[in-house]
Amino acid sequence: MANSYQLKRVDFIFRNENDWEKVLSTTIKKKPQELINELISSELKGRGGAGFPTGLKWKLTSEAKAEKKYVICNADEGEPGTFKDREILSKVPYKVLTAMAVCGYVTGAKEGFIYLRGEYKFLEEELNKEIAEFEYYCKEINLDFKIKVFMGSGAYICGEETALMESLEGKRGEPRNKPPFPTQAGFKGSPTVINNVETLVHTFTIFKYGAKKFYDLGVQYSRGTKLFSVSGDTPKPGIYELELGMSLQDFVYEFGDGDTKAVQVGGASGFLVPRKKFKDAAIGFKGKLTGISLPTGGSMMLFNSSRSMFNVLDNYLEFFREECCGQCTPCRVGCQQLLLGIKAVKRGDKPASYLDKLLRLTETMQLTAKCGLGQSVANSFSSIVENFREEMIY
Amino acid sequence: MANKLNISINGFPVEIAKGKTILEAADEQGIKIPTLCYHKDLCVAGNCRVCVVEVVGQNRLSAACATPVEEGMEILTNSLKVRNSRKHIIELLLAEHNADCTKCYRNGNCELQELASEYKIMTQDFLELVPLKNYTIDMFSPSIIKDDSKCIRCQRCVRTCAELQGVNALTVAHKGDKMKITTFFEKAMRDVVCTNCGQCVNHCPTGALVEKNYIEEVWEAIANPNKHVVVQTAPAVRVGLGEELGLEPGSRVTGQMVAALKRLGFDSVLDTDFTADLTIMEEGTELLTRLKKALVDKDESVSLPMATSCSPGWIKYIEHMYPEHLEHLSTCKSPQQMFGALVKTYYAKARNLEPENIISVSIMPCTAKKFEAYRPEMHDSGYRDVDYVLTTRELAILIKQAGLDFNKLKPVKYDRLMGESTGAAVIFGATGGVMEAALRTAYEIVTGREVPFKNLDITPVRGMEGVREASVKIENPLKEWAFLDGIELKCAIAHGLVNAKTVMDSVKSGKADYHFIEFMACPGGCLGGGGQPIPTNPEIRRKRAEAIYTEDSELALRKSHENPEVQKLYRDFLKEPLGEVSHHLLHTKYTKRERY
Repeated sequence: MANSYQLKRVDFIFRNENDWEKVLSTTIKKKPQELINELISSELKGRGGAGFPTGLKWKLTSEAKAEKKYVICNADEGEPGTFKDREILSKVPYKVLTAMAVCGYVTGAKEGFIYLRGEYKFLEEELNKEIAEFEYYCKEINLDFKIKVFMGSGAYICGEETALMESLEGKRGEPRNKPPFPTQAGFKGSPTVINNVETLVHTFTIFKYGAKKFYDLGVQYSRGTKLFSVSGDTPKPGIYELELGMSLQDFVYEFGDGDTKAVQVGGASGFLVPRKKFKDAAIGFKGKLTGISLPTGGSMMLFNSSRSMFNVLDNYLEFFREECCGQCTPCRVGCQQLLLGIKAVKRGDKPASYLDKLLRLTETMQLTAKCGLGQSVANSFSSIVENFREEMIY
Repeated sequence: MANKLNISINGFPVEIAKGKTILEAADEQGIKIPTLCYHKDLCVAGNCRVCVVEVVGQNRLSAACATPVEEGMEILTNSLKVRNSRKHIIELLLAEHNADCTKCYRNGNCELQELASEYKIMTQDFLELVPLKNYTIDMFSPSIIKDDSKCIRCQRCVRTCAELQGVNALTVAHKGDKMKITTFFEKAMRDVVCTNCGQCVNHCPTGALVEKNYIEEVWEAIANPNKHVVVQTAPAVRVGLGEELGLEPGSRVTGQMVAALKRLGFDSVLDTDFTADLTIMEEGTELLTRLKKALVDKDESVSLPMATSCSPGWIKYIEHMYPEHLEHLSTCKSPQQMFGALVKTYYAKARNLEPENIISVSIMPCTAKKFEAYRPEMHDSGYRDVDYVLTTRELAILIKQAGLDFNKLKPVKYDRLMGESTGAAVIFGATGGVMEAALRTAYEIVTGREVPFKNLDITPVRGMEGVREASVKIENPLKEWAFLDGIELKCAIAHGLVNAKTVMDSVKSGKADYHFIEFMACPGGCLGGGGQPIPTNPEIRRKRAEAIYTEDSELALRKSHENPEVQKLYRDFLKEPLGEVSHHLLHTKYTKRERY
């Protein structure tokens, strides 16, 4: 089995080179179009979980006509089991700041925000010091770009980009209708690039080393590397930068405790993969690869045979019931129904067949919820209920 | 053709103008897509999700209300996927909703009930959530009852309170399963900035927000042989009531309404329009007095512009939001309260009745009137001036309960003494109407001539623009008004409190050079009041306004000062406008209130 071992560790993100001034000053000497093309050819996709092509996002925003534009760094890292952005912001914050400024240069934005998760308050002071130093340098090279840190207040939903913008505008954090997308009408109705912390750092890598270096890593449709937050029943929890496209089997060889029953990929809003499907599952964005492709914001939770999958699901649903914003019907009521429903089945108040009714409900949630949160509850629910139905009933 | 898009709806190709939503496009084609959170008066929320439709080629369904039509779209409004999802969503709403429909005030006029019936939701598979939540009903307000167990979180009330009224008494609090519509610090409605305007009631799709009804109290009063029950009807009721009784919006039912009220057993059916005319006499005189003090006596303590005080929603709004500007308000009571004060004094005396044996009921297009009648200062007759205030909707309930076939009633006239009115009083029901009525009278008092507008129709003050401005130049006044010669009397009109805010902010900043401003709390004025039939929308309000102006144009008397009963009232009782009796019975004072 060892010969199939393919896990490739990489070290780009945390590589500490202290050359951001040089990267910034040389990058902004290039034409915006050139930089956009570089990003597009790298095939970098958003690392927050949704996987929208970053180059395209920047391109759309740069093409949008508006008096003001904004760059937002989404540091509202709230997905259960994800803890990589915190690490990036404490170890290599200047890479994020540099990338934001380059994005500002490319798109024409003069202002940037870092929307920092409320629980990461402890990072704020240090981050502001970095920003002060960074802005000082920007002034030196005549780059007009300001960055502000905005503290979130602890709502998971504010990680959703449009809810984040509502919150940033001082309103209640509720997702907006799309279209319009942020590239056309984002913060305060102006075209806005909103990128995950890690995505921005990857653009730094691409601008520094060129798109090819990035593109050569990973597999088709899932290029480059990704940070993984490994937790659960593992002897070595932590943050690892790995190439995309690895098989889950290989991942479990490396990180499992020998008794891995299932892995939850992508946090509470992701998918649970049972042992028997490890071989068929690859970590990366949906493409034409055979088998299951699993996009992820980086959360990898391992469960061994001592874990009850009912409890795992119960825990996720409890989380969603509390953390959905509550505005749209399928998500608000759906989450309550799913949680109470599995409990009712477990207690015997509802027949086992009620699980099928709930599965159909998750389909409706996926089809009709206003934002990604409600749409993705179905992921964990159906993957757990379908694979561990017995544990739900007995 | 650049402004047209070619799409297909349910397989049929159609051409749709650019910029339309899927909902609008389907509506144009005669296809109804169900909605709940959508309302023509409000911005799009897209949160109830019952309007989801399938756009071929897209994985997820789209909210029709929030999705713009794009070239080549193939839209399915009734595919199996859509139907199943929609049904699920209705079931979810019902699981969260106190669906005890037979005990609900909105039974029979509830958008959720209608949908459930349309989709034949006959079983409740999902778990009932209502018993798990500790709902309490807020019934402390004299105007509005708020029952969260019936709330479907569509946020129509929240958007109404913010967008139409700028009050923000109702907001969303908490998240997830605990998300709810509530007030500042979850206080009772009576303890917050709520103006009692009732627009939230008018825009609520279910029974979560309803007026506090006094139906049983009124029936009891009517049944009491020792009580003389007097009823007054506000101007806007006569153009709204028909809608509740199966007639088209814009139907004028004045005579039938009077006939119905008589058959319900009221001892005397009188008209608030009478005191609307009286208001013009008092308020018009007050305005001219203020102008004289300001222009001739150079009295700097006089507050101009003077603002109207007929709308109790507006009154409570200014008391909360601009407490430092209360002196701008006319001291005149609203027509309802003038009426109440006169019924238990002038009317009682003339009819030889003991005021304590009179029950005074008013029929209003308004929920704030309930609060107004309840104000402690409204006891100038020595009794509570107005005992019970019913909305237009409650009157319709009385009529239905009495088993009257409204359409078969022959129109009759109001009773005498306080039942005579003019066209100037009728138009109080529309935005701009008080202004127009005041101008018709004031101009004539000052110049001795009619206002220089064809058929007395002062069209510049009419319409549905949120804020309107107009001016009338005074030329060749009578001798005693010579100081007004050449003066351009500047007026402004605002309806909907969000527009009142615009005008008040300019008053506050000193930029406003108006002399007189009409403020109405509700969109369209009283005809769009919070006590009027549900539903409401711009089209319905336009039709009611048309009806009001037609009513005015068909009346012989169209100037308040020509009302013979008002003239008689001054001769026999009040003596003169702003006189001592008037001061005691017809004028009031205001209360400074806090926002929080």
